[in-house]
Amino acid sequence: MRQGADHVTKRRLDYQLIESLIPPGSRVLDLGCGDGQLLKELAEHKGCWVRGIEINDQAVSECLRRGMPVYHGDMLEGMTFFRDSYFDVVILSQTLQQTANPPQVIHEMLRVGRSAIISFPNFGYWLTRLQLLFTGKMPRHSLLPYPWYSTPNVHLCTVTDFRELCAQEGLERGEEIFLSPPDRRISGFLANWRAGLAIFQVRRIEGPHG
Amino acid sequence: MTGNEIHDVPEYFAPDEQSIGLVVTQTWTPDLPPEGFPLEGGRRLPSITLAYETYGKLNEARDNAILIVHALSGDAHVAGIHSPTDRKAGWWDVMVGPGKSYDTDKYFVICSNILGGCKGSIGPSSINPETGEPYGLDFPMVTIGDMVRAQRLLVDYLGIERLLAITGGSMGGFQALEWAVRFPDRVASVHAIATAARLSTQAIAFDEVGRQAIMADPDWAGGNYYGKSTPKAGLAIARMIGHITYLSDEQMHAKFGRRLQDRETFSYDFKTDFQVESYLKYQGDAFVHRFDANSYLYISKAMDYFDLANGCGSLIEAFEGVQAEFLVVSFTSDWLFPTYQSKEMVRALQANGVPTTFLEIPSTYGHDSFLLPNERLANAVTDFLAHVQQHVRQGHPGRPVSGREVRA
Repeated sequence: MRQGADHVTKRRLDYQLIESLIPPGSRVLDLGCGDGQLLKELAEHKGCWVRGIEINDQAVSECLRRGMPVYHGDMLEGMTFFRDSYFDVVILSQTLQQTANPPQVIHEMLRVGRSAIISFPNFGYWLTRLQLLFTGKMPRHSLLPYPWYSTPNVHLCTVTDFRELCAQEGLERGEEIFLSPPDRRISGFLANWRAGLAIFQVRRIEGPHG
Repeated sequence: MTGNEIHDVPEYFAPDEQSIGLVVTQTWTPDLPPEGFPLEGGRRLPSITLAYETYGKLNEARDNAILIVHALSGDAHVAGIHSPTDRKAGWWDVMVGPGKSYDTDKYFVICSNILGGCKGSIGPSSINPETGEPYGLDFPMVTIGDMVRAQRLLVDYLGIERLLAITGGSMGGFQALEWAVRFPDRVASVHAIATAARLSTQAIAFDEVGRQAIMADPDWAGGNYYGKSTPKAGLAIARMIGHITYLSDEQMHAKFGRRLQDRETFSYDFKTDFQVESYLKYQGDAFVHRFDANSYLYISKAMDYFDLANGCGSLIEAFEGVQAEFLVVSFTSDWLFPTYQSKEMVRALQANGVPTTFLEIPSTYGHDSFLLPNERLANAVTDFLAHVQQHVRQGHPGRPVSGREVRA
């Protein structure tokens, strides 16, 4: 579950940046939508038509409080309910690394959506690298807060890994946005070293048969 | 634990300090056209009577009305008490009343006894005007659709054009779904709780055992037992079976274990040994005093017949014209209306772009969960209703008009 509750009063920069990638009036599905804060912002600021999927029942209750329509359950299961290209944008914010099969999730996102916005903690971030190098222990910091034995992050990757996956899976990369913790946007220069959090926009590469 | 403690009125049935207090059941007999009230089964009723209760006030805009639809053994008495000495409040007093989820300070709440019932609405125990005797099995078969069409007459009579919500658990959920499909412009939201778009095979099977128990009772006498000895044994067994399906293995174990009832050792005969036996017998015996066996037959059959997709091709097509927003709630331990059935419903709603929130609430109380105090359910309903009311007042479109035209 996304840690949204602490950020209710302050608009999160990553949410704002994700929002900036979404045209007004879009149909948006947010996977692992947490407390529904991002959905609400999209509905209110951009007139988007929104849906959420969230597995944590407390978070679903929060969505209800915000009046956001949400499906309580697994995201892969929840996505099967929608027709092809039903959404303009499908968002997966800081959850890809927690899924059992990231390529499957991305393909399903791009089945129900025309585009996807995926954010994830970059495992190539300098602090992560240095922690492992100098302490010889699994890295732990604000972006990777869990001890190794209880982390939900089973498929962490780096910016370079993600770009390679896109190439391998035939996905077209759109905008790439990088953040340095706690909350600063940075350029793409040496992003695999400098970025703590990456936001990628991806699409299917449309073949000759559509 | 003694027998008395088990059989006491559970806390959640006793009126609490937030209860609405004294309420009355009213009856209404609509003026019907000469052909009477035609039924889906092909027959018709020359006249119908509905028992109903209302709480709260209908506002000037008439946009704060909520229809509560009850389950198999429910009635119009949802909340409050009928007399100051009542120990038991209405069946959903935990959810309906001042300051509660269905807040009677804010909303105008209506509940009517279903067609075919035995709590004031016309049913098999009512007098057949043609014979002057109770209908018995001459009463025509009624369906969920028939119940809903009768409720619509009442809603018309009360002067409500569009209901803010229709809410129901179990078979009440069937009626709520039927309303949204049959009268799409009359419903702003549906709260479908512990329910399904069709009764499962297993549930039909349990219903049939219940009916067979009633009909095997010699006192049932082909349904003509009025004024004579009633089929108490059969109806009690039907209720006992039903009651098992409303609980969960886990909850039964927690509540009774293998504990014995008022004894230290086994009886080694067929007297009551276990607490669970005593409990079920009590539930069965209590039920026969408040319910008509023929009504049980008719209503359980109406449940069995219910399939929202009937005549539509598929559930997705059934929901095509729906204009309401949906709150769908299931409970983890409910094996009579399991979560997968709620998900089937949600799938079909999502396919139609219907704004739908689905919530599976963790609970060990089985199907009965929806009747018990549950903070999650209470909060979900409170929050959902508040937003629906806002949407209604803002003229919110709710769902895309068609296809992709929603885009700016």
